[in-house]
Amino acid sequence: MDPITFELPHTLKAPKAAPSLGPTSRTMQPMITGTSVVAFKYKDGIMMAADCLGSYGSLARFRNENRFMQVGATTLLGASGDMSDFQFMKHKLEDLLTSEYDMDDGQSLGTKSVYKYVSNIMYGRRNKFDPLWNAYVVGGIDNGEAFLGYANLFGTTYQSDCIATGFGAHLAIPILRRRVEGRADEISEEEAVRILDDCMRVLLYRDCRAFNKQRRAKVTAQGVEISEPYALETDWSIADRVVGYGA
Amino acid sequence: MTSIGTGYDLSVSTYSPDGRVFQVEYAQKAVDNSGTAIGLRVKDGVVLAVEKIKHSRLLVPNSNKRIMTADKNIGIATAGWMSDTRHLVKRARDEAHSYNSVYKSSIPAKIIAERMGMYVQAYTLYSAVRPFGVSTILASIDKDGPQLYMIEPSGQYVGYRGCAAGKGKQVAKTEIEKLNLEELTVREAVKEAARIIYAAHDDAKDKLFELELSWVCEESNRLHAHVPQSVLDEAIEYAERALDDDDDEMEEDDE
Repeated sequence: MDPITFELPHTLKAPKAAPSLGPTSRTMQPMITGTSVVAFKYKDGIMMAADCLGSYGSLARFRNENRFMQVGATTLLGASGDMSDFQFMKHKLEDLLTSEYDMDDGQSLGTKSVYKYVSNIMYGRRNKFDPLWNAYVVGGIDNGEAFLGYANLFGTTYQSDCIATGFGAHLAIPILRRRVEGRADEISEEEAVRILDDCMRVLLYRDCRAFNKQRRAKVTAQGVEISEPYALETDWSIADRVVGYGA
Repeated sequence: MTSIGTGYDLSVSTYSPDGRVFQVEYAQKAVDNSGTAIGLRVKDGVVLAVEKIKHSRLLVPNSNKRIMTADKNIGIATAGWMSDTRHLVKRARDEAHSYNSVYKSSIPAKIIAERMGMYVQAYTLYSAVRPFGVSTILASIDKDGPQLYMIEPSGQYVGYRGCAAGKGKQVAKTEIEKLNLEELTVREAVKEAARIIYAAHDDAKDKLFELELSWVCEESNRLHAHVPQSVLDEAIEYAERALDDDDDEMEEDDE
């Protein structure tokens, strides 16, 4: 006869999957989110902009977020989407940077390597049906050449002279197509700033998750520079003539 | 050698009747056969120096580094077996990473020294393992300033202002004791460290050697890094000149 056994409370395990619980599910929605990142190549390297807002749904919850990360000497990462997933990615990259530093082999992580790493993580997580809810822009100078790449929660990636995430893909890309594409290496820093601010202004007017406090960042041969937050000049005098939005 | 330890040195899990664990003492001997390693903790940083003895002229200069980095701000210089060293450095990296992933701040020197001490000590408890033949010198700058620790094969770990291990440790220790470590800057300490390694080097026993120098200080952005080539060259020149002056004095004394 079998001995009588019983489960102690701490050995009881909740079943991971049971018909009554329905299918297992992972994070199905982001919590604190950042909106668009706009980026493009210009004469001296690459330039990006993103605002400082971490939204909680439609609530402007955190208004002093930094959505950029410098990765090594010549790479910049811009993030939109879930901010905690961005923090997770930052920790992964810090760990990578540390282990590379420890190797002490005189080599440093290039922009393309960082881009490949970020892309692989994004694609790997989507294959686990547990994606990081972000769209990333990786930019920098790799072997003297400007590089700009995109990776998102589906593991989709592409490289282009002009990249914008989120709402920016609809509102900023047409502007960048007209003003940047095909002439990236003619654009001076001053013009690049003007183009970037124009894109961000359009987004500020039309994207309800945008915020008038933003950072600009650039990567040039001199390295990575992330600006302090600044505000854009806006003109709302025509606002009362805008119709068709329920007003 | 025949009489020592008879019967009581076969395992770390056996004490001798007078309370010693011979295997640990033998591990210490393995350390004493190695090239000298020293650490100096001065007012604005820490300097590590190693006398890397080369067994062949065919080795590529600057290869087979004996000073390694455990975390960005933590340097490890060792005396003893290099294979054991690599294992311990890997352990130190894992500890630093684990601390960082739990607390999201870099591991304090005191904590990593303790954890490494505990790890090394565990290898003095079981008959199935052999103690590490390594003395580990650990240098870092943490929130409490410059830190220097040494971990012995026994697992004992102690914080130091200056420490030495390996062949020339007696010479090195007497030289370090003459220094005013509280007042020295890293720039000066680098030169003194080079001088001490050169002084501790025994040309009669080992002809070929290479000096390895690293630091953690403001100049290295609080990161552990090998000193720049120019600083190394300057230090070597200083060390060689000090050695020549010493020889001259000795000759004068003879006369």
